[in-house]
Amino acid sequence: MSVRLSTGGRLIDRATEISFSFNGARLKGYAGDTLASALLGSDQMLVGRSFKYHRPRGIVASGAEEPNALVNMGEGARFEPNQRATTTELFAGLSATSQNHWPSLEFDVGALNAKLSRFLPAGFYYKMFIHPRSFWKHVYEPFIRQSAGLGRAPDSEDADSYEHFHLHTDVVVVGGGIAGLLAARAAAVTGAKVLLMEQTAHWGGRAPVDGGLVDGQPVGDYIDALVRELSEMPNVTLRLRCMASGVYDHGYLLGYERVRDHQPGAPGPRHRLWRVRAKQIVTATGAIERPLSFAGNDVPGVMLASAVRDYLVNYAVSAGKRVIVATNNDDGYRTAIALKQAGQEVLRILDARETGGGALMAEARRLGIRIDCGRAIGKVSGGKRVKKVQICAYAGAGGALEEVACDAVAMSGGWSPVVHLWSHCGGKLTWDAEQAYFRPDATRAPTGADGQPYVVPAGSANGVMMLDAICGDAVEAGRAAAKAAGYKLKKAAAIEAEPAPETPIEPVWMMPRDARVQLRMKAWLDYQNDVKVSDVQLAAREGYESVEHTKRYTTLGMATDQGKLSNINGLATLADALGAEIPAVGTTTFRPPYTPISMGAIGGEARGAVFQPLRRTAMHGWHEKNGADWEPVGHWRRPYAFARSGESVHDAVMREVKNTRENVGLLDASTLGKILVKGPDAGKFLDLLYTNMMSSLKPGKCRYGLMCNENGFLVDDGVVARIDDETFLCHTTTGGADRIHAHMEEWLQTEWWDMQVYAANLTEQYAQVAVVGPKARMLLEKLGGMDVSAETFPFMTWQDGTLGGFDVRAYRISFSGELSYEIAVPTAQGLAFWEALVAAGKEFGIMPYGTEALHIMRAEKGFIMIGDETDGTIIPQDLGLNWAISKKKEDFLGKRAQERAHMTDPNRWKLVGLETLDGAVLPDGAYAVAEGVNPNGQRNTQGRVTSTYYSPTLCKGIAMGLVLKGPERMGEVIEFPGTDGTVFKARIVDPVFYDKDGEKQNV
Amino acid sequence: MSEPTSALNRAEFKGIAKVEETGLHGMITLRGDQSSAAIKKAVLSVAGTVMPEQREAIFSDTGGVVWMSPDELMLLCPYSEVEARVAALNEALAGTHALAVNVSDARTVFRVSGPAARDVLSKLTPADLSPEVFGPGQVRRSRLAQVSAAFWMEDDETFGLFCFRSVAQYAFDLLKVAAAEGSEVGYF
Repeated sequence: MSVRLSTGGRLIDRATEISFSFNGARLKGYAGDTLASALLGSDQMLVGRSFKYHRPRGIVASGAEEPNALVNMGEGARFEPNQRATTTELFAGLSATSQNHWPSLEFDVGALNAKLSRFLPAGFYYKMFIHPRSFWKHVYEPFIRQSAGLGRAPDSEDADSYEHFHLHTDVVVVGGGIAGLLAARAAAVTGAKVLLMEQTAHWGGRAPVDGGLVDGQPVGDYIDALVRELSEMPNVTLRLRCMASGVYDHGYLLGYERVRDHQPGAPGPRHRLWRVRAKQIVTATGAIERPLSFAGNDVPGVMLASAVRDYLVNYAVSAGKRVIVATNNDDGYRTAIALKQAGQEVLRILDARETGGGALMAEARRLGIRIDCGRAIGKVSGGKRVKKVQICAYAGAGGALEEVACDAVAMSGGWSPVVHLWSHCGGKLTWDAEQAYFRPDATRAPTGADGQPYVVPAGSANGVMMLDAICGDAVEAGRAAAKAAGYKLKKAAAIEAEPAPETPIEPVWMMPRDARVQLRMKAWLDYQNDVKVSDVQLAAREGYESVEHTKRYTTLGMATDQGKLSNINGLATLADALGAEIPAVGTTTFRPPYTPISMGAIGGEARGAVFQPLRRTAMHGWHEKNGADWEPVGHWRRPYAFARSGESVHDAVMREVKNTRENVGLLDASTLGKILVKGPDAGKFLDLLYTNMMSSLKPGKCRYGLMCNENGFLVDDGVVARIDDETFLCHTTTGGADRIHAHMEEWLQTEWWDMQVYAANLTEQYAQVAVVGPKARMLLEKLGGMDVSAETFPFMTWQDGTLGGFDVRAYRISFSGELSYEIAVPTAQGLAFWEALVAAGKEFGIMPYGTEALHIMRAEKGFIMIGDETDGTIIPQDLGLNWAISKKKEDFLGKRAQERAHMTDPNRWKLVGLETLDGAVLPDGAYAVAEGVNPNGQRNTQGRVTSTYYSPTLCKGIAMGLVLKGPERMGEVIEFPGTDGTVFKARIVDPVFYDKDGEKQNV
Repeated sequence: MSEPTSALNRAEFKGIAKVEETGLHGMITLRGDQSSAAIKKAVLSVAGTVMPEQREAIFSDTGGVVWMSPDELMLLCPYSEVEARVAALNEALAGTHALAVNVSDARTVFRVSGPAARDVLSKLTPADLSPEVFGPGQVRRSRLAQVSAAFWMEDDETFGLFCFRSVAQYAFDLLKVAAAEGSEVGYF
């Protein structure tokens, strides 16, 4: 059983007890504990069930590499699944539950899978669920989805906030262990700006646990002094609880700071995503111990030797009272020694090496620990916790020599440098056969825009494992980074660390070496995804030679821990099965993030009110107060209709159309684009942009124009007003304002740079109000100021003047077919002007109208709408707009394209009006069917609906559509099948339904 | 004519930094060849400052000139003077190819101040705000989260910034989030 010892624990504060709950049980820990150490301190060795076989699982590791101890954290709005107990700091009131079990952790039905494990080998899903094909969607997929996934999805909105933080710096050092701290100081003393990130809540990494002397001081004391020194340097920033999650091109690095995970509910963001541009990155990310692959290595109580040591030294928690240590290297002895010194019983050290280790073995022996060399674990027995261990010869098939009862096993298979960040952006690895690990290959570093390396590995992340060598390596790394960042180096004093030579490791990829198949089937490589030695061997037998393919076939390394413990053991097993060398098999690709980061951190501040920018006109608030039903148009919100209380939106639209046609309506047209184009060549420029002639427009006049792209397709339309000889104001569609401005700038800057033209986007400078309807003039006359009579202010002209005391620019243009003035005032007076119109218009029956009434009125008039009648494949000729295409101009954007054979094909669908025989409204987007079927067996088509509305003016459905030879087929009836089996019959008619001669707008 | 109103009517927020919408300002977009004597002279006579260099913002008692791009400046002045200044520019630039236009109503101006101002803005913009590279006299055209913005420093703890008027509320809400109590970064 795991226990809290009565003394010790360098990170805990025994004076502060913290109560928390696990699966509903009240437990106690201390301030400074992690959830994992507190659980172990409470003898909670079983913490979850495995993914596939639902095997009982306990805590294996003490850090980010933990595969098993994933818990559901918190409740309600702070619930989050898959939180690693080993990296969760304990706080008062913490509530966690275990995952992947039903009905309970102790008794789990899914564990039946384990009994069926011989029927669930690698690739089972691929083999089983391929036939019959029709079963996939309705039988297999729902079943697999139900059984897949760890943890639950949260079901309420996240209560916390998140943020990003951008910065540029010279050097980022990743990892706050002895190597990171020394590298940071070495870089900082040159004057370089340094950011040091440490993912845990403490500085120092493993060194204070493993011990040693640096410059004559215990390494823990040395580190404390170093941190004090760094924190006083103005050019150094130290961040705890901040993990470097990924390294990207050009020195971009993401840091994931867990600001409030340990203080939920405290003000401030829960996580902060650091978005860093660094000149150089030092990866002092340490190393991770490898498990040993023996049968039963997943029974709760079997732990990494380093983790056993961490829990003991940092938290005064012993993994067991009677412990067996299995190792293939000297480092495992440190755990045995630490346990013995803490008064725990170490039953055996099983050293797979025939001749054992060096100085550390001697030390263990001196302490009276029994050491068996050339021995291995044959099998660990016990269900929910370790009960006994069968000991066998390492060089053998697993024949038990002895059986020993114990309650914990510490295993050490050697160490693997954490090379993830080095590898994210292309850093290559080299296999160090002597030390049995992949380490960064300094000659193949990730390189930046200048072709020079920008990542420098340091310490054990660089494959330097001994304290004395780590110190030297780290200083060198820090100096190299500073130098590469452009700082001058001065001579640095050497750091003296006490050398502690170790005897070489003997690689052990399977224990015992020739384990029989029954043992291999219980020897886990990947705990979280339940991949065993036998699965990888099976994949190899079935022809999976590539490590990437084997990974996907077996799911090795595909769990949330991304194989931090399993990768190297897995690929070594594959290499062995293939009879290949390990470096020939290679590793899978390391990709960010290093450990999972929250979606909240990625989204940053973008949620709630600031999820997306909302563009507001000056009258937005008025609309809101007056019942606007909003329609999103780009980032704007425009009123779709102003529904009155008790009125449906549809009824409101009908009322708005009728009132505008009979009295007077107001439309907020502020969102329409207004681009000022000025210069001696402005006319020439606009002649090239628009299909029709603009240079001939007289100052004071307005002209409707079409804009095409160079492929001939219609991209925007609007009214151009000529202000003076050199100046035009181009109105664009709402969605086109920024796009057309950019389009103009692109042509001016890249192709027609010799033209003397400047453009400025004035869209937001003006609030624009369309005053529309037969009583529009009466209303403006009442406001008074400028002369708005037909004689002095005719249709398609503009004038500056005043109305009701407001300085205005008024345009006599109409998109509704009614008498209409579009009036622009400075935005800062937009609301006041709108309110003045509303007040003055009362006696004329004024009502605001929204975009749907606008759409209906323009459709009644047969006016096209960019985005309805066009979709990026439509040319003006398709829409019967030939009148707006100049035949005189030598050139304009789209002219050449519109002459291509496909564009002049008489069979292109063309715009017509459509009138259902019974007055019904055609479904939007409906297709008109033609005789016969196409090669896919679908009905042939001969047209489609582009706009369709109920017209309150005409009291029937009206529509526009594109129809094969449409204009030649006036009066013909074609059929539009609906989606519900009904067929709509519609007659092809002229698209202008209302006031064909334009008498109403020109009064 | 009624009293012109700014987008947020001088709204304020105080968190780890102070955020203020500072009301209406006169703003003139001036496009033209910045190396030409005519433009330099017009800027000097109308704005009272010399031509700013790349990414510079120069202020005088009654306004300032902000560099926006190699052929664009933003002239700042009191709101009430903007029409007169546009007219003065046009007069000074008669015969020169240039565009001077009033954009005062198309923008909203904020001030973000306090010791944490750099930290607050660094949450929203990717521009490098280190004191070594960015301080009073400089301007950056960048973004605040999802909208474009330009900002400069009035003093070492005070930013002036403008964005489009239509997104004034979004920008203010963003700055409030970035300056929320408890969100100190402590970097700068």
